[in-house]
Amino acid sequence: MSDKVIVRATINGEPAEFLCEPRQSLLEVLRDELKLTGTKEGCNNGNCGACNVIFNGLLVNSCIVLAVEADGGTVETIEGVMRAEGLHPLQTAFLENAALQCGICTPGFIISAKALLDHKPKATEAEIRHWCAGNLCRCTGYDKIVRAVLDAETRLEAK
Amino acid sequence: MRAFDYAAPKSLKDAIALLSQKGDRARVLSGGTDLIVQVREKRRDLDLMVDVKKIPELLEIRYDATTGLTLGASVACNRIYEHSVVSRIYPGLVDAAFLIGGTQIQNRASLGGNLCNASPAADSIPALIVYRAVSVIAGPKGERELPVEQFCVAPGRNALQIGELLVAFRIPPPPPRFGANYLRFIPRNEMDIAVVGCGASLSLESDLKTVASARVSLGAVAPTPLLVEEAAAALSRREFSTEAVGKAAEAAQAAARPISDMRGTADYRRHLVGVLTRRALLKAFERAQEAANVR
Repeated sequence: MSDKVIVRATINGEPAEFLCEPRQSLLEVLRDELKLTGTKEGCNNGNCGACNVIFNGLLVNSCIVLAVEADGGTVETIEGVMRAEGLHPLQTAFLENAALQCGICTPGFIISAKALLDHKPKATEAEIRHWCAGNLCRCTGYDKIVRAVLDAETRLEAK
Repeated sequence: MRAFDYAAPKSLKDAIALLSQKGDRARVLSGGTDLIVQVREKRRDLDLMVDVKKIPELLEIRYDATTGLTLGASVACNRIYEHSVVSRIYPGLVDAAFLIGGTQIQNRASLGGNLCNASPAADSIPALIVYRAVSVIAGPKGERELPVEQFCVAPGRNALQIGELLVAFRIPPPPPRFGANYLRFIPRNEMDIAVVGCGASLSLESDLKTVASARVSLGAVAPTPLLVEEAAAALSRREFSTEAVGKAAEAAQAAARPISDMRGTADYRRHLVGVLTRRALLKAFERAQEAANVR
């Protein structure tokens, strides 16, 4: 019944244009239309954080944002985190601290942590844990993830 | 998800026209943290989502010391606690805004959406009630106001008529020596639905001991959030004391009509009502005294 809509947005710094139905979530469009499959589908109801992206500067669950809402907006996904010179310090810290096992939650955690460190580069352990309460990991028990974020803070400061 | 149409009107007039035309087949989209999930899980069926986030009135935050706070219905939680004036003058609203879901939810979810969704366990509703917030509703017949405590009529059902939408809250400026607090009990630290929620507010006489007026509001213990007049009566025009707080807590327990479910039994909830009412009143009292010292 509903026609497809043209959406123009900036995704990872590049202009993007896509057709979508109003019922499609931003997550669906990122993965299925734009083939940016780094963003994961976990619960698909706003609880787990696996689908986290930074939308208009704010951390959101892309499974509960409609793709049409992105028109005129900016989206940053895990694919946009790596820098020209190599991995982002958060990515390096996650690898070196073994802060992942199965990896499904990892893109969401890295985006979530990046959104935190972008505006609070010296967040405390308590602040990291509170901030990431909406990111669920069933493998690690969280401790290594929190340590990786703290390590990333040190790496970012050293740069 | 089932197909539907999407519109993002830029004015209240256009939004009202769309909502009037589609009737109960249309629903307002604000942060979408409830609505999109409900539609995906087939708990709600609709033909049109009306995104109201391009309407300036819905996104407004305006404070004036004489008229109080105008808070747009779609203002997301993060904008409430990041706002220096709002967070200083209405800390009880921040209590609620800071514990609804996680960071990702707070960046989208609004107090207007929380109210319209009309969950008995909504965290921000008791906080709004103890600040005496009034909802501003626009519709085909013009604008009307409704106290927040009258907005929810049943679980998931609100007082909006066809064609109407919630535009904003008008929240009076706190009187002198005023404090408010919202507390929620959940069995973990974050990311859960209230077993019981409790808002409390009070203002003190100039002796900083006598309660001039008070409000207690409860969540998750009745089909809609409750304003407990009897608890306020137990405190008003009396010295703030352990006894008076105990009487208010008993009144709150008597007013609660909890059910037993996966989150707790009715007896457990009634016990929690007593504990949370006492704690929320003590915190409100502390904040009222701090407010007096600041002036």
